[in-house]
Formats: sequence, structure tokens, C-alpha cells
Amino acid sequence: MTVNPMTILYAVLTLGVLGGGFGAILAVASKIFAVEKDPRIEEIQGILPGANCGGCGFAGCSACAESIVSGAAPVNACPVCSGEQTTAIAAIMGVEVAPAERRVAFVRCNGGTRSNKKYDYIGLMDCQAAVKIAGNGPLDCAFGCLGFGSCVAACAFDAIHINAGGVAEVDRDKCTLCRRCMDVCPRHLITDVPYAADVVVRCASQDKGAVARNNCAASCIGCKLCEKNCPQDAIHVIDNVAVIDYTKCTSCGVCVEKCPRKVLLDIHEDGKVAPVAKAGA
Amino acid sequence: MDWKNLLTISLGAILVNNFILVQFLGCCPFLGVSKKMDTAVGMGFAVIFVMGLASALCYPVNLLLEALDMEFMQTVTFILVIAALVQFVEMFLQKTIPSLYEALGVYLPLITTNCAVLGVVLLNVQEHYNFIESVVYGVTGGVGFLLAIVLFASIRERIALVSEPPKCFEGFPIALITAGLMALAFGGFSGLDIWR
Repeated sequence: MTVNPMTILYAVLTLGVLGGGFGAILAVASKIFAVEKDPRIEEIQGILPGANCGGCGFAGCSACAESIVSGAAPVNACPVCSGEQTTAIAAIMGVEVAPAERRVAFVRCNGGTRSNKKYDYIGLMDCQAAVKIAGNGPLDCAFGCLGFGSCVAACAFDAIHINAGGVAEVDRDKCTLCRRCMDVCPRHLITDVPYAADVVVRCASQDKGAVARNNCAASCIGCKLCEKNCPQDAIHVIDNVAVIDYTKCTSCGVCVEKCPRKVLLDIHEDGKVAPVAKAGA
Repeated sequence: MDWKNLLTISLGAILVNNFILVQFLGCCPFLGVSKKMDTAVGMGFAVIFVMGLASALCYPVNLLLEALDMEFMQTVTFILVIAALVQFVEMFLQKTIPSLYEALGVYLPLITTNCAVLGVVLLNVQEHYNFIESVVYGVTGGVGFLLAIVLFASIRERIALVSEPPKCFEGFPIALITAGLMALAFGGFSGLDIWR
């Protein structure tokens, strides 16, 4: 069968002309029917981190930006944004925002290898899997960090790691408080503390003193020495574990000295975290 | 214009030769967006809209192709026309009728690749329909799509709520069986022959 070359030419021409014509019509139409999207949405989206972590509660950074512009969300809706970024967003929206105190995640355990074990766990290296084993995981302490790193895997910012002691530890400078680690920790050990907090309680054991002492060498036994000695009334033993009220705490360090179990820690003494300038967050 | 002829075309498109359940065109959205009634209705109306418009627009394009003696280019040309049309309609609606644009949502661009739309324009050519017949066939074909997807969505909602199919049939398997039974039922309309 022979094909007339002109037929091919006509076919190409027809389709080309039609395609070109439609392209031109669409190009013109896109100008005529251009819908003016609020330019602020794009600007704010440029400021947001773009990790789509969902920490704000919206479907992603673009959804968050739209909500901020439409007024459905406050300008500081993004928990990941630093003070500067929030201020920039506020400037775009024409409002002022008091810079929110930066907070970071904190793991309330320092047991790890110092905690007594019921058995050696050799299953799937995942905290969620480990706590489903009979006996609620391999540790004696029901409030201890298992150290299998579910939080490490969940972190999108490389801000949490298992330290030498077998316990998850947050890198305060990298942490953005997106709260993903808090969601995956089966023992709910991760809370948030102020970025500038000097003194922390590295235990969450609600067991009574004797039990807590037997379970782990690094447990809070609820002795209340810190509570009695605190000049600011900023630390209290609640459910057998010390809890610091950071609105009152002045980082005087009395409780750190008094704690017989070394559960209370001035993080700077540990040499791990450099002191931060507290004036103006 | 013979209104009986148009009525026959309409009845045929809606019931006897229902696009989904008899001709098996457009099965993708039929299964994909039929989990909830409101999305099914949205998709149905979007299909009516686009099928009617595509039929109208492709009729002159086909005349052009026939004039150039290039009927073999129909399929690829119609795909081009439909894609451009849907893009244009989307822009037009977004500007002029934002509420309708919102209501149709993601279903409008989805229809670009819906085989029922391409099917209706090709069938128009195959059946040698004139302009009015083409448009009527397109719109009523969409109505048939709407009817099928709404019935299907209501059954699927009911299945999800009250019936307890065996574990291995949950979800798509039972949906496919449902679709098959519906197709059988629509097969019963093939005897509908009132105008002859």
C-alpha cells in the first residue's frame, strides 16, 4: 500500500494548525480569565518551611498559607517557623505578633541502658512493635525510653537521635516542635519545654519510690527534696515524678544540686548544650 | 426535526445503551468516585456538561476532517479538541461562575481523559448524527452516566454502612460484583422498543 506523501503533510498540518490554534486560544483565555489569586498566599508559602509536616493541623504548607490569608488560621499557625519567619508572615498580613517563646521537644527519660531489663528483645527494632510484646516491652520501667528509635524515624528534621545511653535525645537547635516524635512515642515520653529551659526532669516514672528505684538507676523516686528546696515554688512532685513550672523557674540550680538520683539536670553542666542568651527570645 | 427520533436517541443513551453499564465506557470514574453520593453527583453533572459541549464542538471539527478526506485522524484530533475544551471550560468557569467551578472541583480536569467523552464523539460520527442529534446524544449520554453512578454510589454507601460482606470481598471486589449485577439489570432494557 502506498501512502500519498501529501496525505501525511495534510495530516500533520491539520493537527498542527488545530493544536496551535487551541494553544493560542487557551493562552489568550488564560489572560482574559485569569483569576487574581491573593499574592500573599504565595509570599507566605515562600516563608513557610515547605516540609509539609502537618504540625499546624492543615494538609500542608500551601493549605496553611491559604488559611493564614483567609484568616482561618493565626499568622503564627506554623509551629515550625522561627520568630523571624513568623514576624515576616505577620508583616505580610499587616499585623503584629508577639514573638512566641520558642519551645522544643524533650525526652523525659535518662534510663536507657541503666534501666533493668526483663528480657533481651531481638524483634523488630521499633518502639511500637516492642511495647506490643508481653510485659509491655523489655524494660522493667513502664515509663522508660525503649531506645528503638521510632521517634528518630519520624523526625523530618534530623533533630532526635538515640544517645550513647540508649535514650532518645533531642537536638534543641534542630528541633522545630512539629510534634511528630510525640505522636509516635508509645510511652508518650516526649513533651515540649522552652528552648531556653536550663533545668529539665529526665524521668517520667509514675511508679512509687521503691518500685522506681528497683526498676532503674536513673529514676525519679518522688522524694520531694527538689520541691522542698525550690526557692521559687517552681517544682512539684506530681504522680510520683517531679514536674517543673517553667513560668516560675529561674534556673537557680538548687534542685539540681539536691536531687539524689541525678534526675534533675542543668543541661549546660552536661556540656552538651551551649548556654543561650535569654534576653529577648 | 423529528422529536421522536431525538427521544429514541435520548432513551437509548440513558437506558438501552447506557455508557457505563452497557457500553462499558468511563468505568474509571464510575469505580473511582462512587464511594460517596455527593462526589458521584458532582462527577455526573461534570460529565453531562463536558459530553454535551464536546459533542457540539467535535461536530464541526469532524466536518472539517471529512472535507479534507482525513477521517483516520478522528481519534487523535478529538482527543486534542476535548483536552483543549476542558482546559478552556475550566478557566472560563473559574472566572465567571466560581461556585460551579468549586462544585465540580477536581472532576472537571479528570474528565479530560475519560473514555466516555471520547466515546460519545466517536459514536456520533459512527452513527452519522447531525448537529442537534449529536448534542442530544452527548447530553443524554451524560445523564445516563449520572444515573448509573448515582445508583451505584447509593448501593456502595449502603454496602459500606449496613452489609457485612465476607472479608475477602470488602471494598473493590464487592463493588465490582455490584457493578456487574447492575450491568445485568440494565441489560434488561435492551428489549425497550417503543417507537418502532
